[in-house]
Amino acid sequence: MQTPAPVDYARATSVDHALQLLEQHGEDARVIAGGHSLIPMMRLRIASPTTLIDLNDLDELKGIRVEGNEIVIGAMTRHAEVLDSAILAEHYPIFREAEKLIADPVVRNRGTVGGSMCQADPSEDLSAVGSALGGTVVIRSKSGSRTVPIREFHFGPYMTQVADGEILTEVRFPIRPGAGSAYEKVERRVGDWPVASAGVFVVVRDGVVSDCGIGLTAVGAEHFSAPGAEEFLVGKAPTEENLAQAAAIAADSCSPVSDQRGPADYKKHLAQELTLRALRRAVAASQGA
Amino acid sequence: MTAVEEAPISAAGNPIGFGSMKRKEDQRFVRGQGNYVDDVNLPGMLHGAILRSPHAHAKILSIDTSRAEAHPGVVAVITGKTLEGIPRPALLGDNFAWMPTLSYDTQAVLATDKVRFQGQEVAFVIATDRYTAKDALELIDVDYEPLGAVMDAKKAMDPSAPVIRDDKGQTDNSITDVLGNKYWESGNAIGTQEAIDKAKADPNCVVVTQEIMYPRVHPAPMETCGSVAYLDPVSGQLTLWTTSQAPHAHRTVYALVAGLPEHKIRIISPDVGGGFGNKVGVYPGYVLSVVGSIVTGKPVKWMEDRSENLMSTSFARDYHMNGTIAATKEGKILAVDVDVLADHGAFNGVAQPTKFPAGFFHIFTGSYDYPNAHCKVTPVYTNKAPGGVAYACSFRITEAAYFIERLVDCLAAELGMDPAELRLKNLIKPEQFPYETPTGWVYDSGQYEKTMRLAMEMVGYDELRKEQAEKRARGEYMGIGISFFTEGVGAGPRKDMDILGLGMADGIELRVHPTGKAQLRLSVQTQGQGHETTYAQIVAHELGIPPEDIEVIHGDTDNTPFGLGTYGSRSTPVSGAAAAVVSRKVRDKARLIAAAALECSPDDLEWSLGKWSVKGDPDRAKTIQEIALLSHGSLELPEGVEGHLDATAVYNPPNLTYPYGCYICVVDVDPGTGQVKIRRFVAVDDCGTRINPMIVEGQVHGGLADGVGMALMELIAFDEDGNCLGGSFMDYLLPTAVECPDWELGETVTPSPHHPIGAKGVGESATVGSPAAVVNAVIDAISPFGVRHADMPLTPANVWRAIQGNPVRVDMAVE
Amino acid sequence: MDVTINVNGTDYIRDIEPRMLLVHFIREELGLRGTHWGCDTSNCGTCVVWVDDEPVKSCTMLAVMADGHRVKTVEGLEGPDGLDPIQQGFIECHGLQCGFCTPGMMMTGRWLIDKNPDISEEEIREGISGQICRCTGYKNIVEAIRWAAEHPKGSEVTA
Repeated sequence: MQTPAPVDYARATSVDHALQLLEQHGEDARVIAGGHSLIPMMRLRIASPTTLIDLNDLDELKGIRVEGNEIVIGAMTRHAEVLDSAILAEHYPIFREAEKLIADPVVRNRGTVGGSMCQADPSEDLSAVGSALGGTVVIRSKSGSRTVPIREFHFGPYMTQVADGEILTEVRFPIRPGAGSAYEKVERRVGDWPVASAGVFVVVRDGVVSDCGIGLTAVGAEHFSAPGAEEFLVGKAPTEENLAQAAAIAADSCSPVSDQRGPADYKKHLAQELTLRALRRAVAASQGA
Repeated sequence: MTAVEEAPISAAGNPIGFGSMKRKEDQRFVRGQGNYVDDVNLPGMLHGAILRSPHAHAKILSIDTSRAEAHPGVVAVITGKTLEGIPRPALLGDNFAWMPTLSYDTQAVLATDKVRFQGQEVAFVIATDRYTAKDALELIDVDYEPLGAVMDAKKAMDPSAPVIRDDKGQTDNSITDVLGNKYWESGNAIGTQEAIDKAKADPNCVVVTQEIMYPRVHPAPMETCGSVAYLDPVSGQLTLWTTSQAPHAHRTVYALVAGLPEHKIRIISPDVGGGFGNKVGVYPGYVLSVVGSIVTGKPVKWMEDRSENLMSTSFARDYHMNGTIAATKEGKILAVDVDVLADHGAFNGVAQPTKFPAGFFHIFTGSYDYPNAHCKVTPVYTNKAPGGVAYACSFRITEAAYFIERLVDCLAAELGMDPAELRLKNLIKPEQFPYETPTGWVYDSGQYEKTMRLAMEMVGYDELRKEQAEKRARGEYMGIGISFFTEGVGAGPRKDMDILGLGMADGIELRVHPTGKAQLRLSVQTQGQGHETTYAQIVAHELGIPPEDIEVIHGDTDNTPFGLGTYGSRSTPVSGAAAAVVSRKVRDKARLIAAAALECSPDDLEWSLGKWSVKGDPDRAKTIQEIALLSHGSLELPEGVEGHLDATAVYNPPNLTYPYGCYICVVDVDPGTGQVKIRRFVAVDDCGTRINPMIVEGQVHGGLADGVGMALMELIAFDEDGNCLGGSFMDYLLPTAVECPDWELGETVTPSPHHPIGAKGVGESATVGSPAAVVNAVIDAISPFGVRHADMPLTPANVWRAIQGNPVRVDMAVE
Repeated sequence: MDVTINVNGTDYIRDIEPRMLLVHFIREELGLRGTHWGCDTSNCGTCVVWVDDEPVKSCTMLAVMADGHRVKTVEGLEGPDGLDPIQQGFIECHGLQCGFCTPGMMMTGRWLIDKNPDISEEEIREGISGQICRCTGYKNIVEAIRWAAEHPKGSEVTA
């Protein structure tokens, strides 16, 4: 069985304490949340942090709540809680649809929203959801908090705006009355990373799309997003033709690479097919709302 | 032998004989009290870890172990050089750096000259704990000079291909078997070719040719391979706890490899966490744990990681099969020819009977009656892990069954005929048994049409075809796939079958104690098949001793008789027969003792379950328990009858047994994404007599899941540089409960005429039969797009690409 | 570093390396060998135990992260009155063959029916989808978990 290299461990009692520990242990220290990306990487010795700073006791980073017209998800909220959240089910069913397809129920008991976002895997489902909904993330350091638009959070595979000495604390999404949302994923097997996924929200008002967001993962979409397709759709009637055109624009903006999950042409096709399917369902949900 | 009678029930509620019975072994497993190799801990035990090659083909320029040796906690570091320094009086090779494979080839224990596949063993660290051993691997510096790698079997024989086995003085990548052949043929080459040529010229006939690949897959038991070795420096006794499906065969192999006297070797195979063929062979890791114990004088444990398991131990399949089938337009099959390119990896390590270097592939003629068939199998070396016959395959029968069932569907497509109708027209008829196939097998018994019609009835075949037509009209794509397989299991007759010269018979020993309780000692090795229960039931059936009074002992060569182990579905056909035979020996002896006690002639006695009684006077009787006590007591025994009630037997099967079945799979395919959903799976098996139907059904369930895995997701592919693309469970996907449907099982019972209890073996039936059913269903679903074939695994990408008319090549990296 | 972990109701105090995986703490430090391991990437689920009241993959958690927490393993399932219904269910329904995945399957199964005593077949299948069994094809595992749900007090037959 593969085993991690030696590492030190410290358990944070508060966000401030965690920030202090990060400073104290230097740049090769890493915070650990659910650990379901980091510990396998440490076992495979792809990652060898010198110190782990455990955030699991930080109740202040856990939970899902409504603040004004925003939904706030704490960084240490487990995937299982996102899946079961009544607040998210009410406003954004996309979360439930995506979470049902993330890893497996046991992993979802430990894995966290913040951990998934910060791991920044180019195939991360939550990144597509976040990008579709277009909220913000809150990052804290000893000098205070800063807010970053979610579409600027990732700037490449496994790279985020979280710098040394910083911690992602929460993710915030605007509540959009009347929005419909949906998530479509193709995976080789349950629990696998996506071959391709598309998540969308749509607000249809007076017969036209007044607002929409499209997120894509595993297909080489910049910032997991498809802004050209969104621009195309807003202000138009949600006809099958327009949705298909938007999906085609979304797929055009992707640059997938071939791997064992599938060849690039197939992933590009999926970007279109899944965007279209998600749009159809989100439109129907918005119109029914 | 006819259908099984209902067995009487014992005081503990178990059948005294055949019937469903809760497993004895479950009591420990559900309490977490199983004892697997990694659960073995000995005082002073050290831990080993293997450094493996990152390259598929590279010259080793130097290995520097000094930093690793200096690491605290490291006891020793062993390299190929160390092994070259240890002489041995062995049959093959003169030192420990190389070991014999099960196919008379050699395999490096630790690479000395060069590495020949990614993941090959290069150095072995022994340390005080497993974490330290892993740490030290990072401190070994190896200087490699990469060489061109042969990853595409189709290019292995190109004149420009790098030569892999230069250690043997080879100048190309051909493989020569022990009989001196570079390829292996079976059947009638000339007759088959003539029949195909004639059909091509005949307007009333069709000829279909299809290239079909069975890609490389891996058994991947949940427990990886491992061992704990202790060579007592004083007594010279080697005790090896190891994940082995064949402990006795391993003992002999270690005697040959290590040159240790065989009477000083004890192999203990404790609980085994699944085998599926993966634990048949002897791996360098096992040998290294032995060497480690010799070097350190301490017990040494070695357990594989999952990636080591997937990348270096016995794979399965990797067969490129080019098939041709000729038939009349009415659907009568005339001939089948197949040319196979077999990728054996860097060392020819397949486990198969010596006379059958392509295993039992020549059973590819399937379940159909036609006069002409021929196969040619050509093996080549590539820069991949060695192995070949593993994963519930009955010696290449999985490939054969998949091949013919896929090819018959291609023929059905060409003829525009329902694949069920085509099969029914060609199935061997009950009155034709024993049936000799064009490649020389003699099938023992079968009622094929009855089995097939039952499967069709269970699934509602005609209604499904109607539903399919309606759905197609709406643009929905469902598919129905049939597989009718016959396999030959229970290797095998001594005169025909051996592994490394060891005949494939199995010994057994039965001891009935004075109080009538018994111990049965087996040579075969359960990996979850429930031997502790079913073998007790066989003895119960023969002697009337309740199964709870019979202890089955296995997995320890010091305490069991010799035999070749459990693989190829051979336990029931060979060792199960031995259990019946040895029980009958005890019964015969019991008759003599009963006659002495009842003061009558043995000829006056008749047997009814559990007792001998005087014919016509049933009250004058002795139960088997009474006889057991008498046999150990002071009763005067007749001339020539020894005391006690024990017996031994060695069973040499007169023929293989031929279980068969008909499987029907129903799938729904989403053509927009290529996703496949298995809606239903009906499996009707005929494995002859069912000793414990509950266990038989469990065996079938597991094999069906294997088939779903191989058909839809399991794959070990490689890129051109030699990187293994299936080296972890993130990449080597296994089916979960979500992909598996709620299996629907049926049965027919056609006992084997030559097996003492009519049982045929069932361990691998479902693995053999199910992949074709799934693939045929998917191809059937997407046939309106003009698709006739696509290779496994039918991932969403592969299905979508097939629909586009541009199928992917599965054995190489996706492009 | 020193940790105190409550396993199956007993507090264990051990001085361990921070890198030690929880599965090794359970197996090597405490000698509880019923919890197995089968992969390096959190995919197989043979190592599932409960931490506090939820199943987790013990190969993907450091033992130090369980400091101060409660762990329950397969050895903690059997009570003074005998086998837990989930254990009985696996025997009754032939829910195991080689036995290697069984402890993890039972730990998750017990949790699933605690959360939802009327769990459906589909929900069970989804619930154990992070755990691989190579022997049973899952049908009998699903039935075993259903059996336990339907027999909350177990049965005297198997005990």
